[in-house]
Amino acid sequence: MPVIELKNVTKIFDEKKSNIHALSDITLSVEEGEIFGVIGLSGAGKSTLVRCMNLLEKPTSGEVLVDGKNLIALSNKDLRLMRREIGMIFQHFNLLMQRNVRDNVCFPMEIAGMKRREAREKAMEYLEIVGLREKADAYPVQLSGGQKQRVAIARTLASNPRIILCDEATSALDPQTTGTILSLLKRINKDYGITVVVITHEMRVVEEICDRVAVLDQGTLAEIGPVKEVFHNPRSNAAKNLLLERRINQMGANAADGI
Amino acid sequence: MPNLGIEVLFKGSNMLRLLGGLWVSLRISLIAVGFSILLGIPLGILMTVNSKIIKAFTRLYLEVVRVMPQMVLLFIVFFGTTRIFGWNLNAEIASVIVFSFWGTAEMADLVRGAFISIPKHQYESARALGMNSPAIFTVVILPQTVRRLLPLSINLVTRMIKTTSLVMMIGVVEVLKVGQQIIEANRTSSPNAAFGVYGTVFLLYFIGCWPISMLSKYLEKRWSNA
Repeated sequence: MPVIELKNVTKIFDEKKSNIHALSDITLSVEEGEIFGVIGLSGAGKSTLVRCMNLLEKPTSGEVLVDGKNLIALSNKDLRLMRREIGMIFQHFNLLMQRNVRDNVCFPMEIAGMKRREAREKAMEYLEIVGLREKADAYPVQLSGGQKQRVAIARTLASNPRIILCDEATSALDPQTTGTILSLLKRINKDYGITVVVITHEMRVVEEICDRVAVLDQGTLAEIGPVKEVFHNPRSNAAKNLLLERRINQMGANAADGI
Repeated sequence: MPNLGIEVLFKGSNMLRLLGGLWVSLRISLIAVGFSILLGIPLGILMTVNSKIIKAFTRLYLEVVRVMPQMVLLFIVFFGTTRIFGWNLNAEIASVIVFSFWGTAEMADLVRGAFISIPKHQYESARALGMNSPAIFTVVILPQTVRRLLPLSINLVTRMIKTTSLVMMIGVVEVLKVGQQIIEANRTSSPNAAFGVYGTVFLLYFIGCWPISMLSKYLEKRWSNA
């Protein structure tokens, strides 16, 4: 059963001189429990697409259904409650710098009205999951990028989401740290059955964790399908180009290894 | 060793008079600072609103304050209003008005700067966590804004204290004017009093402003890594 459905979603940004079609008539669905990738070059509309999934961006037209409920028709209050079931992590982590790690994780629980003591206990459990229990009293500035992203993941888990949206969550990280974050996301997906949507421009991310992938090209859906299919038999030019780029990079890496 | 002219300070109640003058300076600036904060914060928030009319007005206000020397403002308010409206403004009140007018503009600009320096994604992630706008503002945005704002506004306070030395030009007897009076009164008996008295005035300003500067430095340091 699809947990997220986009139906004919179009997003137009009104700019002074011209209208920008960030998304044109996108229809796709994300299945419960899968890891769904959205890939495309920068400017392809990936970030706008993922922001439509929790209505941080309101589509100009079309419908966004989460669990069969049309988000656009929800009242502000219901939308806020719905957003708590849709976690989101960002490229720049977006932690609160003036709060320590534990209090950052407590934050969504406090907003939801949980008692402070209970929230603090829960926070330690979530920090355990992301392997940062011992950093509970540290401040974000004292952490590495990968650790910050793990705190952000713990914070997202704290609102007990059914879906986690990742907006270029590994793009600010080095390849090795990217690996640890990806396997953490995969583990969360497996262990807790949380659906994960990953927005990225890196083929590697899709290759490593995604079940299915959508290729965006200048605001249109170029191709969608299981990762293996799209990677072995790309039909759209956008997918072919992304794969070509990947191959060239690999060849470069292999050549360098040969020396 | 030349006579430094310090002995004048110990004649009669001269030292007390100087301290009284310092109090006048501090009183004017602190009252003005209070008004500036009270008026500057809402104005600064207003300046972040996306409206051409508001932008035009606040811009004009800010430029007027920046371009016009404080002394000219003092003269306009103190002498100008008497002629035009027939107001008999007390010099100290005129000073408070001018300094509040100036401080409000500067404060509003600092507030505006602090607010727009909060990255857009802070709002975004707060919304993604399911928070409503009042909560986002008070819990996420405001604490970060205050941190950015406080060191800068403390700096503004010290600038305002220093600039109060201008108010003697409209007849307010503040620390510098008291100093001048003491020097004049002792011209024959202590011709070197200028050094001692102005030196003391300098020290008094220093004592007034330095702790405030240190506080600002301390906060900046403490908050830059927390």
